[in-house]
Amino acid sequence: MVEAVKLSRHNLFNTHIIPVNFKYFAPKTLNEALELLDKYGKEAKILAGGTDLLVKMKMRLVEPKYIINIKGIRELNFIKDEGNQVRIGALTRWRQLEKSELIKNFFPSLYDAVKVMGGTQIRNMATVGGNLCNASPAADSAPPLMVLNAKLVLASKKGEREIPITQFFKGPGKTVMEPDELLKEITIPKPEEGSGSAFIKVARTSMDLAKISAATALKVEDRKIVMVRIAIGSAAPTPVRTPKTEEALIGQPFRPSIIREKVKLVVNEISPIDDVRSTAFYRKEVSKIIVEDALLISYERASRR
Amino acid sequence: MKIPIHFILNGEEVSVEVEPNELLLNLLREKLGLTGPKYVCGIGECGACTVLLDGEPVLSCLTLAVDVDGHEVTTIEGLAKDNELTAVQKAFIEEAAVQCGYCTPGFIIMIDKLLKENPNPTEEEIREYIRGNLCRCTGYVNIVKAALKAAEELRKNTSLIKIKK
Ligand SMILES: Cc1cc2nc3c(=O)[nH]c(=O)nc-3n(C[C@H](O)[C@H](O)[C@H](O)COP(=O)(O)OP(=O)(O)OC[C@H]3O[C@@H](n4cnc5c(N)ncnc54)[C@H](O)[C@@H]3O)c2cc1C
Ligand code: FES
Ligand code: FES
Repeated sequence: MVEAVKLSRHNLFNTHIIPVNFKYFAPKTLNEALELLDKYGKEAKILAGGTDLLVKMKMRLVEPKYIINIKGIRELNFIKDEGNQVRIGALTRWRQLEKSELIKNFFPSLYDAVKVMGGTQIRNMATVGGNLCNASPAADSAPPLMVLNAKLVLASKKGEREIPITQFFKGPGKTVMEPDELLKEITIPKPEEGSGSAFIKVARTSMDLAKISAATALKVEDRKIVMVRIAIGSAAPTPVRTPKTEEALIGQPFRPSIIREKVKLVVNEISPIDDVRSTAFYRKEVSKIIVEDALLISYERASRR
Repeated sequence: MKIPIHFILNGEEVSVEVEPNELLLNLLREKLGLTGPKYVCGIGECGACTVLLDGEPVLSCLTLAVDVDGHEVTTIEGLAKDNELTAVQKAFIEEAAVQCGYCTPGFIIMIDKLLKENPNPTEEEIREYIRGNLCRCTGYVNIVKAALKAAEELRKNTSLIKIKK
Protein backbone atom coordinates (compact mmCIF):
# COMPACT_ATOMS: atom_id res chain seq x y z
CA MET A 1 0.00 0.00 0.00
CA VAL A 2 1.15 3.51 -0.82
CA GLU A 3 0.81 5.71 2.27
CA ALA A 4 -0.56 9.21 2.04
CA VAL A 5 2.26 11.66 2.80
CA LYS A 6 1.91 14.47 5.32
CA LEU A 7 0.93 17.68 3.57
CA SER A 8 3.16 20.68 3.80
CA ARG A 9 1.42 23.93 4.70
CA HIS A 10 2.03 25.27 1.22
CA ASN A 11 0.44 22.28 -0.45
CA LEU A 12 -2.70 22.60 1.63
CA PHE A 13 -3.52 25.81 -0.22
CA ASN A 14 -2.82 24.23 -3.54
CA THR A 15 -4.80 21.03 -3.47
CA HIS A 16 -8.09 22.11 -5.02
CA ILE A 17 -6.84 23.63 -8.18
CA ILE A 18 -10.28 23.76 -9.75
CA PRO A 19 -11.65 26.78 -7.91
CA VAL A 20 -15.24 25.59 -8.04
CA ASN A 21 -17.13 23.25 -5.73
CA PHE A 22 -19.58 21.00 -7.49
CA LYS A 23 -21.61 17.90 -6.86
CA TYR A 24 -20.28 14.98 -8.88
CA PHE A 25 -22.11 12.19 -10.68
CA ALA A 26 -20.61 9.38 -12.74
CA PRO A 27 -23.50 7.58 -14.45
CA LYS A 28 -22.65 4.22 -16.03
CA THR A 29 -25.53 4.10 -18.53
CA LEU A 30 -27.08 6.54 -20.97
CA ASN A 31 -30.44 6.32 -19.19
CA GLU A 32 -28.91 7.28 -15.84
CA ALA A 33 -27.20 10.25 -17.50
CA LEU A 34 -30.47 11.40 -19.11
CA GLU A 35 -32.26 11.15 -15.74
CA LEU A 36 -29.60 13.34 -14.15
CA LEU A 37 -29.77 15.84 -17.01
CA ASP A 38 -33.55 15.95 -16.68
CA LYS A 39 -33.17 16.81 -12.99
CA TYR A 40 -30.14 19.13 -12.99
CA GLY A 41 -29.68 20.07 -16.69
CA LYS A 42 -29.75 23.87 -16.28
CA GLU A 43 -27.11 23.97 -13.56
CA ALA A 44 -25.13 20.95 -14.71
CA LYS A 45 -22.27 20.42 -17.15
CA ILE A 46 -21.48 17.20 -18.91
CA LEU A 47 -17.84 16.15 -18.55
CA ALA A 48 -16.39 14.01 -21.35
CA GLY A 49 -12.63 14.25 -21.99
CA GLY A 50 -12.51 17.47 -19.96
CA THR A 51 -9.94 19.13 -22.22
CA ASP A 52 -12.21 22.10 -22.84
CA LEU A 53 -14.44 22.05 -19.76
CA LEU A 54 -11.76 21.68 -17.06
CA VAL A 55 -9.67 24.43 -18.65
CA LYS A 56 -12.72 26.72 -18.56
CA MET A 57 -13.46 25.78 -14.96
CA LYS A 58 -9.88 26.46 -13.94
CA MET A 59 -10.21 29.90 -15.47
CA ARG A 60 -13.58 30.40 -13.79
CA LEU A 61 -15.28 30.93 -17.13
CA VAL A 62 -17.91 28.39 -16.11
CA GLU A 63 -18.90 27.43 -12.57
CA PRO A 64 -21.35 24.53 -12.76
CA LYS A 65 -23.11 23.29 -9.61
CA TYR A 66 -23.23 19.73 -10.89
CA ILE A 67 -20.81 17.74 -13.00
CA ILE A 68 -22.11 14.71 -14.86
CA ASN A 69 -19.07 12.68 -15.89
CA ILE A 70 -20.14 10.52 -18.84
CA LYS A 71 -16.73 8.92 -19.47
CA GLY A 72 -17.90 5.64 -17.93
CA ILE A 73 -20.81 5.17 -20.36
CA ARG A 74 -19.38 2.45 -22.59
CA GLU A 75 -22.39 2.41 -24.95
CA LEU A 76 -21.37 5.89 -26.18
CA ASN A 77 -17.90 4.83 -27.33
CA PHE A 78 -17.88 3.09 -30.72
CA ILE A 79 -17.13 3.38 -34.43
CA LYS A 80 -19.54 1.18 -36.40
CA ASP A 81 -19.67 0.40 -40.10
CA GLU A 82 -23.28 -0.01 -41.18
CA GLY A 83 -22.82 -0.46 -44.90
CA ASN A 84 -24.04 2.85 -46.27
CA GLN A 85 -23.10 4.88 -43.20
CA VAL A 86 -20.70 4.99 -40.28
CA ARG A 87 -21.86 5.75 -36.74
CA ILE A 88 -19.49 7.32 -34.24
CA GLY A 89 -20.38 7.40 -30.54
CA ALA A 90 -20.04 10.84 -28.94
CA LEU A 91 -17.45 9.53 -26.45
CA THR A 92 -15.10 8.26 -29.14
CA ARG A 93 -11.62 9.71 -28.58
CA TRP A 94 -9.69 11.48 -31.35
CA ARG A 95 -6.97 8.82 -30.98
CA GLN A 96 -9.52 6.10 -31.81
CA LEU A 97 -10.41 7.95 -35.01
CA GLU A 98 -6.70 8.19 -35.80
CA LYS A 99 -6.31 4.43 -35.48
CA SER A 100 -9.46 3.60 -37.47
CA GLU A 101 -8.96 2.33 -41.02
CA LEU A 102 -12.63 3.09 -41.65
CA ILE A 103 -12.15 6.80 -41.00
CA LYS A 104 -8.91 6.95 -42.96
CA ASN A 105 -10.39 5.20 -46.00
CA PHE A 106 -13.85 6.74 -46.23
CA PHE A 107 -13.53 10.18 -44.62
CA PRO A 108 -10.09 11.56 -45.51
CA SER A 109 -11.12 15.11 -44.58
CA LEU A 110 -11.96 13.98 -41.05
CA TYR A 111 -8.70 12.04 -40.93
CA ASP A 112 -6.82 15.21 -42.00
CA ALA A 113 -8.43 16.97 -39.01
CA VAL A 114 -7.39 14.21 -36.61
CA LYS A 115 -3.78 14.52 -37.75
CA VAL A 116 -3.63 18.23 -36.95
CA MET A 117 -5.67 18.15 -33.73
CA GLY A 118 -3.80 18.69 -30.44
CA GLY A 119 -0.98 16.34 -29.42
CA THR A 120 -0.88 12.64 -28.51
CA GLN A 121 -2.09 13.12 -24.92
CA ILE A 122 -4.93 15.46 -25.92
CA ARG A 123 -6.07 13.01 -28.63
CA ASN A 124 -6.06 10.23 -26.03
CA MET A 125 -8.35 12.23 -23.76
CA ALA A 126 -10.53 14.45 -25.95
CA THR A 127 -13.77 13.17 -27.46
CA VAL A 128 -15.34 14.10 -30.80
CA GLY A 129 -18.64 14.79 -29.06
CA GLY A 130 -16.92 17.26 -26.72
CA ASN A 131 -15.34 19.03 -29.68
CA LEU A 132 -18.76 19.63 -31.29
CA CYS A 133 -20.66 20.44 -28.07
CA ASN A 134 -18.00 22.93 -26.99
CA ALA A 135 -19.06 24.76 -30.17
CA SER A 136 -15.86 26.67 -30.79
CA PRO A 137 -15.80 28.26 -34.27
CA ALA A 138 -12.34 26.64 -34.47
CA ALA A 139 -13.48 23.07 -33.65
CA ASP A 140 -11.44 20.94 -36.02
CA SER A 141 -14.03 18.18 -36.45
CA ALA A 142 -16.76 20.58 -37.58
CA PRO A 143 -15.76 21.59 -41.15
CA PRO A 144 -15.04 18.00 -42.26
CA LEU A 145 -18.26 16.69 -40.71
CA MET A 146 -20.16 19.51 -42.43
CA VAL A 147 -18.91 18.64 -45.91
CA LEU A 148 -19.45 14.94 -45.21
CA ASN A 149 -23.16 15.63 -44.52
CA ALA A 150 -22.96 14.27 -40.98
CA LYS A 151 -26.02 14.10 -38.76
CA LEU A 152 -26.11 14.36 -34.98
CA VAL A 153 -28.35 12.30 -32.72
CA LEU A 154 -29.42 14.22 -29.61
CA ALA A 155 -31.01 12.34 -26.72
CA SER A 156 -33.04 13.41 -23.70
CA LYS A 157 -35.40 11.66 -21.31
CA LYS A 158 -38.22 12.61 -23.68
CA GLY A 159 -36.67 10.86 -26.66
CA GLU A 160 -34.25 11.34 -29.50
CA ARG A 161 -33.96 13.68 -32.47
CA GLU A 162 -31.61 13.74 -35.40
CA ILE A 163 -30.41 16.97 -36.98
CA PRO A 164 -27.95 17.80 -39.76
CA ILE A 165 -24.71 19.17 -38.31
CA THR A 166 -25.24 22.36 -40.33
CA GLN A 167 -28.17 23.20 -38.00
CA PHE A 168 -26.32 22.43 -34.77
CA PHE A 169 -24.21 25.52 -34.05
CA LYS A 170 -25.78 28.80 -32.87
CA GLY A 171 -22.75 30.92 -31.93
CA PRO A 172 -19.46 30.68 -30.06
CA GLY A 173 -20.14 28.11 -27.31
CA LYS A 174 -23.82 27.87 -28.31
CA THR A 175 -25.72 25.00 -29.90
CA VAL A 176 -29.36 24.03 -30.42
CA MET A 177 -29.09 21.48 -27.59
CA GLU A 178 -31.55 21.90 -24.72
CA PRO A 179 -30.16 21.77 -21.16
CA ASP A 180 -31.58 18.26 -20.71
CA GLU A 181 -30.07 16.97 -23.96
CA LEU A 182 -26.92 15.03 -24.67
CA LEU A 183 -25.13 14.34 -27.95
CA LYS A 184 -25.35 10.61 -28.43
CA GLU A 185 -23.75 9.90 -31.77
CA ILE A 186 -22.65 11.21 -35.12
CA THR A 187 -23.72 9.45 -38.31
CA ILE A 188 -21.85 9.97 -41.55
CA PRO A 189 -23.08 8.63 -44.88
CA LYS A 190 -20.36 6.88 -46.88
CA PRO A 191 -19.23 9.30 -49.61
CA GLU A 192 -20.59 8.88 -53.12
CA GLU A 193 -18.56 6.82 -55.55
CA GLY A 194 -15.94 8.99 -57.25
CA SER A 195 -15.92 11.80 -54.72
CA GLY A 196 -13.06 13.01 -52.51
CA SER A 197 -12.66 15.28 -49.48
CA ALA A 198 -9.95 17.22 -47.65
CA PHE A 199 -9.35 19.52 -44.68
CA ILE A 200 -6.69 22.21 -44.26
CA LYS A 201 -5.90 24.05 -41.03
CA VAL A 202 -3.70 27.10 -40.66
CA ALA A 203 -2.42 27.55 -37.10
CA ARG A 204 0.36 29.44 -35.32
CA THR A 205 1.96 26.28 -33.96
CA SER A 206 1.22 22.59 -34.39
CA MET A 207 -0.59 22.54 -31.04
CA ASP A 208 -2.74 25.64 -31.46
CA LEU A 209 -6.35 26.11 -32.53
CA ALA A 210 -6.97 27.15 -36.14
CA LYS A 211 -6.51 30.74 -37.29
CA ILE A 212 -8.62 29.57 -40.17
CA SER A 213 -9.53 26.20 -41.61
CA ALA A 214 -11.46 24.78 -44.55
CA ALA A 215 -12.92 21.45 -45.61
CA THR A 216 -14.18 20.49 -49.05
CA ALA A 217 -15.91 17.54 -50.68
CA LEU A 218 -15.96 17.24 -54.44
CA LYS A 219 -17.10 15.06 -57.31
CA VAL A 220 -16.15 15.63 -60.93
CA GLU A 221 -17.76 13.83 -63.88
CA ASP A 222 -16.79 14.30 -67.51
CA ARG A 223 -14.46 17.05 -66.26
CA LYS A 224 -17.40 18.99 -64.77
CA ILE A 225 -18.06 19.63 -61.10
CA VAL A 226 -21.23 17.72 -60.23
CA MET A 227 -21.01 17.95 -56.43
CA VAL A 228 -19.15 20.38 -54.20
CA ARG A 229 -19.43 21.27 -50.53
CA ILE A 230 -17.26 23.79 -48.69
CA ALA A 231 -17.08 24.54 -44.96
CA ILE A 232 -14.90 27.10 -43.21
CA GLY A 233 -13.82 27.24 -39.55
CA SER A 234 -12.65 30.17 -37.38
CA ALA A 235 -14.05 32.74 -39.78
CA ALA A 236 -17.53 33.42 -38.36
CA PRO A 237 -19.37 32.95 -35.02
CA THR A 238 -19.80 29.27 -35.99
CA PRO A 239 -18.21 26.98 -38.56
CA VAL A 240 -20.08 27.73 -41.81
CA ARG A 241 -20.94 26.23 -45.18
CA THR A 242 -20.61 28.56 -48.18
CA PRO A 243 -23.65 27.79 -50.38
CA LYS A 244 -23.18 30.66 -52.86
CA THR A 245 -19.64 29.66 -53.72
CA GLU A 246 -20.77 26.05 -54.04
CA GLU A 247 -23.54 27.14 -56.42
CA ALA A 248 -21.10 29.12 -58.54
CA LEU A 249 -18.84 26.08 -58.86
CA ILE A 250 -21.50 23.51 -59.75
CA GLY A 251 -21.52 22.67 -63.46
CA GLN A 252 -18.17 24.42 -64.05
CA PRO A 253 -15.29 22.59 -65.72
CA PHE A 254 -12.72 21.47 -63.14
CA ARG A 255 -9.87 23.70 -64.26
CA PRO A 256 -7.39 25.38 -61.84
CA SER A 257 -7.97 28.82 -63.38
CA ILE A 258 -11.74 28.52 -62.96
CA ILE A 259 -11.44 27.21 -59.41
CA ARG A 260 -9.12 30.08 -58.48
CA GLU A 261 -11.59 32.62 -59.85
CA LYS A 262 -14.72 31.14 -58.24
CA VAL A 263 -13.28 30.52 -54.75
CA LYS A 264 -12.83 34.28 -54.37
CA LEU A 265 -16.56 34.31 -53.55
CA VAL A 266 -16.03 32.60 -50.18
CA VAL A 267 -14.88 35.92 -48.76
CA ASN A 268 -18.46 37.20 -48.96
CA GLU A 269 -19.79 34.24 -47.02
CA ILE A 270 -17.61 34.56 -43.94
CA SER A 271 -17.39 37.26 -41.26
CA PRO A 272 -14.02 36.87 -39.56
CA ILE A 273 -12.81 39.08 -36.72
CA ASP A 274 -9.47 40.30 -35.38
CA ASP A 275 -8.47 38.31 -32.30
CA VAL A 276 -5.42 36.94 -30.47
CA ARG A 277 -4.72 34.41 -33.21
CA SER A 278 -5.10 36.45 -36.36
CA THR A 279 -6.79 39.34 -38.17
CA ALA A 280 -9.97 39.53 -40.23
CA PHE A 281 -7.92 40.69 -43.24
CA TYR A 282 -5.54 37.74 -43.06
CA ARG A 283 -8.35 35.26 -42.59
CA LYS A 284 -10.17 36.56 -45.68
CA GLU A 285 -7.06 36.42 -47.83
CA VAL A 286 -6.13 32.93 -46.70
CA SER A 287 -9.67 31.50 -46.88
CA LYS A 288 -9.58 31.62 -50.70
CA ILE A 289 -6.23 29.89 -50.87
CA ILE A 290 -7.00 27.03 -48.51
CA VAL A 291 -10.38 26.37 -50.14
CA GLU A 292 -8.63 26.22 -53.52
CA ASP A 293 -5.95 23.88 -52.13
CA ALA A 294 -8.53 21.67 -50.39
CA LEU A 295 -10.49 21.37 -53.66
CA LEU A 296 -7.37 20.30 -55.55
CA ILE A 297 -6.56 17.68 -52.90
CA SER A 298 -10.18 16.46 -52.91
CA TYR A 299 -9.94 16.07 -56.68
CA GLU A 300 -6.69 14.12 -56.49
CA ARG A 301 -8.10 11.83 -53.84
CA ALA A 302 -11.27 11.23 -55.86
CA SER A 303 -9.30 10.20 -58.93
CA ARG A 304 -7.14 7.85 -56.83
CA ARG A 305 -10.11 5.90 -55.49
CA MET B 1 -18.10 15.58 -0.19
CA LYS B 2 -15.11 13.20 0.05
CA ILE B 3 -15.17 10.29 -2.39
CA PRO B 4 -13.17 7.11 -1.67
CA ILE B 5 -11.22 5.82 -4.67
CA HIS B 6 -9.09 2.74 -5.27
CA PHE B 7 -6.57 2.39 -8.06
CA ILE B 8 -3.25 0.83 -9.01
CA LEU B 9 -0.35 3.27 -8.86
CA ASN B 10 2.98 2.05 -10.25
CA GLY B 11 1.92 -1.51 -9.57
CA GLU B 12 0.70 -0.95 -6.00
CA GLU B 13 -2.83 -0.61 -4.73
CA VAL B 14 -3.86 2.79 -3.41
CA SER B 15 -6.98 3.75 -1.47
CA VAL B 16 -7.55 7.45 -0.78
CA GLU B 17 -10.38 9.91 -0.33
CA VAL B 18 -10.55 12.84 -2.70
CA GLU B 19 -12.73 15.87 -3.31
CA PRO B 20 -14.58 15.91 -6.67
CA ASN B 21 -12.64 19.02 -7.74
CA GLU B 22 -9.24 17.55 -6.95
CA LEU B 23 -6.99 16.83 -9.93
CA LEU B 24 -4.92 13.72 -10.45
CA LEU B 25 -1.75 15.82 -10.61
CA ASN B 26 -2.41 17.29 -7.18
CA LEU B 27 -3.30 13.93 -5.69
CA LEU B 28 -0.06 12.40 -6.98
CA ARG B 29 2.23 15.25 -5.99
CA GLU B 30 0.70 16.37 -2.73
CA LYS B 31 -1.00 13.41 -1.13
CA LEU B 32 1.00 10.52 -2.53
CA GLY B 33 4.40 12.16 -2.61
CA LEU B 34 5.16 11.44 -6.28
CA THR B 35 6.67 14.66 -7.55
CA GLY B 36 7.81 13.21 -10.89
CA PRO B 37 4.79 14.53 -12.79
CA LYS B 38 5.34 18.29 -12.95
CA TYR B 39 2.88 21.15 -12.62
CA VAL B 40 3.59 23.83 -15.21
CA CYS B 41 0.77 25.30 -17.29
CA GLY B 42 -2.12 23.43 -15.70
CA ILE B 43 -4.17 23.76 -18.91
CA GLY B 44 -2.95 21.01 -21.19
CA GLU B 45 -0.39 22.95 -23.20
CA CYS B 46 2.98 21.61 -22.02
CA GLY B 47 2.85 17.86 -21.28
CA ALA B 48 5.06 18.06 -18.15
CA CYS B 49 2.29 16.42 -16.09
CA THR B 50 1.98 13.40 -18.42
CA VAL B 51 1.23 10.03 -16.79
CA LEU B 52 0.01 6.72 -18.20
CA LEU B 53 -3.64 5.91 -17.53
CA ASP B 54 -4.30 2.25 -18.33
CA GLY B 55 -1.12 2.44 -20.40
CA GLU B 56 -2.04 5.50 -22.49
CA PRO B 57 -0.38 8.89 -21.99
CA VAL B 58 -2.77 11.51 -20.57
CA LEU B 59 -2.39 14.87 -18.85
CA SER B 60 -2.82 14.61 -15.08
CA CYS B 61 -3.51 18.36 -14.82
CA LEU B 62 -6.77 17.86 -16.77
CA THR B 63 -7.85 14.59 -15.17
CA LEU B 64 -10.08 14.55 -12.11
CA ALA B 65 -8.67 12.37 -9.33
CA VAL B 66 -12.04 10.61 -8.94
CA ASP B 67 -11.77 9.56 -12.56
CA VAL B 68 -8.91 7.09 -11.95
CA ASP B 69 -11.04 4.99 -9.58
CA GLY B 70 -10.64 1.38 -10.69
CA HIS B 71 -7.90 2.19 -13.19
CA GLU B 72 -4.13 1.90 -13.42
CA VAL B 73 -1.80 4.91 -13.24
CA THR B 74 1.92 4.87 -14.03
CA THR B 75 4.17 7.84 -13.32
CA ILE B 76 7.84 8.34 -14.19
CA GLU B 77 8.64 6.79 -10.80
CA GLY B 78 7.12 3.52 -12.00
CA LEU B 79 9.17 3.05 -15.18
CA ALA B 80 12.55 1.86 -13.89
CA LYS B 81 12.54 -1.66 -12.44
CA ASP B 82 14.98 -3.33 -10.02
CA ASN B 83 17.08 -0.20 -9.52
CA GLU B 84 18.05 -0.09 -13.17
CA LEU B 85 17.21 2.84 -15.41
CA THR B 86 15.25 2.16 -18.60
CA ALA B 87 16.87 2.43 -22.01
CA VAL B 88 15.14 5.78 -22.58
CA GLN B 89 16.33 7.15 -19.24
CA LYS B 90 19.92 6.07 -19.92
CA ALA B 91 19.82 7.58 -23.42
CA PHE B 92 18.59 10.90 -21.97
CA ILE B 93 21.64 11.02 -19.70
CA GLU B 94 24.09 9.94 -22.42
CA GLU B 95 22.77 12.40 -25.00
CA ALA B 96 22.47 15.28 -22.50
CA ALA B 97 18.78 15.56 -23.28
CA VAL B 98 18.20 17.05 -19.83
CA GLN B 99 19.01 20.61 -18.82
CA CYS B 100 16.79 22.00 -16.06
CA GLY B 101 14.92 18.68 -16.11
CA TYR B 102 11.44 20.04 -15.52
CA CYS B 103 10.01 18.70 -18.78
CA THR B 104 11.98 15.43 -18.63
CA PRO B 105 9.49 13.10 -16.89
CA GLY B 106 6.87 13.97 -19.49
CA PHE B 107 9.22 13.38 -22.42
CA ILE B 108 10.51 10.09 -21.02
CA ILE B 109 7.02 8.72 -20.48
CA MET B 110 6.07 9.70 -24.03
CA ILE B 111 9.15 8.26 -25.71
CA ASP B 112 8.92 5.07 -23.68
CA LYS B 113 5.35 4.63 -24.92
CA LEU B 114 6.23 5.56 -28.51
CA LEU B 115 8.96 2.90 -28.65
CA LYS B 116 6.51 0.28 -27.42
CA GLU B 117 4.13 1.18 -30.27
CA ASN B 118 6.81 1.76 -32.88
CA PRO B 119 10.27 0.28 -32.19
CA ASN B 120 11.86 1.96 -35.20
CA PRO B 121 10.49 5.50 -35.47
CA THR B 122 11.83 8.15 -37.85
CA GLU B 123 12.88 11.53 -36.49
CA GLU B 124 9.66 12.95 -37.92
CA GLU B 125 7.52 10.35 -36.17
CA ILE B 126 9.27 11.10 -32.88
CA ARG B 127 8.70 14.83 -33.23
CA GLU B 128 5.08 14.27 -34.19
CA TYR B 129 4.47 12.01 -31.17
CA ILE B 130 5.99 14.46 -28.66
CA ARG B 131 4.54 17.63 -30.12
CA GLY B 132 2.36 18.10 -27.04
CA ASN B 133 5.46 18.35 -24.81
CA LEU B 134 7.32 21.63 -24.46
CA CYS B 135 10.94 22.12 -23.45
CA ARG B 136 12.36 25.59 -22.81
CA CYS B 137 15.99 24.48 -22.49
CA THR B 138 17.22 21.82 -24.89
CA GLY B 139 15.79 22.92 -28.21
CA TYR B 140 14.58 19.33 -28.67
CA VAL B 141 17.61 18.20 -30.71
CA ASN B 142 19.16 16.08 -27.94
CA ILE B 143 15.75 14.77 -26.89
CA VAL B 144 15.20 13.42 -30.40
CA LYS B 145 18.76 12.01 -30.45
CA ALA B 146 18.11 10.26 -27.14
CA ALA B 147 14.90 8.76 -28.51
CA LEU B 148 16.71 7.43 -31.59
CA LYS B 149 19.50 6.03 -29.44
CA ALA B 150 17.10 4.33 -27.03
CA ALA B 151 15.21 2.84 -29.98
CA GLU B 152 18.43 1.40 -31.38
CA GLU B 153 19.43 0.05 -27.97
CA LEU B 154 16.03 -1.60 -27.44
CA ARG B 155 16.08 -3.16 -30.90
CA LYS B 156 19.52 -4.65 -30.16
CA ASN B 157 18.23 -6.10 -26.91
CA THR B 158 15.19 -7.70 -28.46
CA SER B 159 17.27 -9.28 -31.25
CA LEU B 160 19.63 -10.62 -28.55
CA ILE B 161 16.72 -12.22 -26.76
CA LYS B 162 15.62 -13.80 -30.02
CA ILE B 163 19.09 -15.23 -30.66
CA LYS B 164 19.25 -16.71 -27.14
CA LYS B 165 15.99 -18.51 -27.73
C1 LIG C 1 -3.60 21.76 -25.40
C2 LIG C 1 -4.90 21.68 -26.13
C3 LIG C 1 -4.90 21.60 -27.51
C4 LIG C 1 -6.09 21.53 -28.22
N1 LIG C 1 -6.03 21.48 -29.58
C5 LIG C 1 -7.19 21.44 -30.28
C6 LIG C 1 -7.16 21.40 -31.71
O1 LIG C 1 -6.10 21.36 -32.33
N2 LIG C 1 -8.35 21.40 -32.36
C7 LIG C 1 -9.55 21.43 -31.71
O2 LIG C 1 -10.59 21.43 -32.36
N3 LIG C 1 -9.61 21.47 -30.36
C8 LIG C 1 -8.46 21.47 -29.63
N4 LIG C 1 -8.52 21.53 -28.26
C9 LIG C 1 -9.82 21.63 -27.60
C10 LIG C 1 -10.40 20.30 -27.08
O3 LIG C 1 -9.38 19.38 -26.80
C11 LIG C 1 -11.38 19.66 -28.08
O4 LIG C 1 -12.41 20.55 -28.38
C12 LIG C 1 -11.94 18.34 -27.55
O5 LIG C 1 -12.44 17.55 -28.61
C13 LIG C 1 -13.04 18.52 -26.52
O6 LIG C 1 -13.51 17.24 -26.13
P1 LIG C 1 -13.62 16.80 -24.61
O7 LIG C 1 -14.14 15.41 -24.61
O8 LIG C 1 -12.35 17.03 -23.89
O9 LIG C 1 -14.72 17.82 -24.11
P2 LIG C 1 -15.12 18.34 -22.65
O10 LIG C 1 -14.16 19.36 -22.19
O11 LIG C 1 -15.39 17.19 -21.75
O12 LIG C 1 -16.51 19.01 -23.03
C14 LIG C 1 -16.59 20.17 -23.85
C15 LIG C 1 -18.01 20.75 -23.79
O13 LIG C 1 -18.94 19.89 -24.42
C16 LIG C 1 -19.92 19.42 -23.52
N5 LIG C 1 -20.12 18.00 -23.85
C17 LIG C 1 -19.13 17.06 -23.99
N6 LIG C 1 -19.65 15.89 -24.43
C18 LIG C 1 -20.98 16.09 -24.58
C19 LIG C 1 -22.07 15.26 -25.02
N7 LIG C 1 -21.88 13.99 -25.42
N8 LIG C 1 -23.32 15.79 -25.05
C20 LIG C 1 -23.52 17.07 -24.66
N9 LIG C 1 -22.55 17.90 -24.25
C21 LIG C 1 -21.29 17.43 -24.20
C22 LIG C 1 -19.36 19.68 -22.14
O14 LIG C 1 -20.40 19.92 -21.20
C23 LIG C 1 -18.53 20.92 -22.37
O15 LIG C 1 -19.31 22.07 -22.35
C24 LIG C 1 -7.33 21.56 -27.53
C25 LIG C 1 -7.34 21.62 -26.12
C26 LIG C 1 -6.15 21.67 -25.41
C27 LIG C 1 -6.18 21.74 -23.92
S1 FES D 1 0.79 21.02 -16.53
FE1 FES D 1 -0.44 19.57 -17.58
S2 FES D 1 -0.05 20.06 -19.64
FE2 FES D 1 1.06 21.62 -18.60
S1 FES E 1 15.17 20.64 -19.86
FE1 FES E 1 14.40 22.49 -19.06
S2 FES E 1 12.39 22.57 -19.90
FE2 FES E 1 13.23 20.86 -20.86
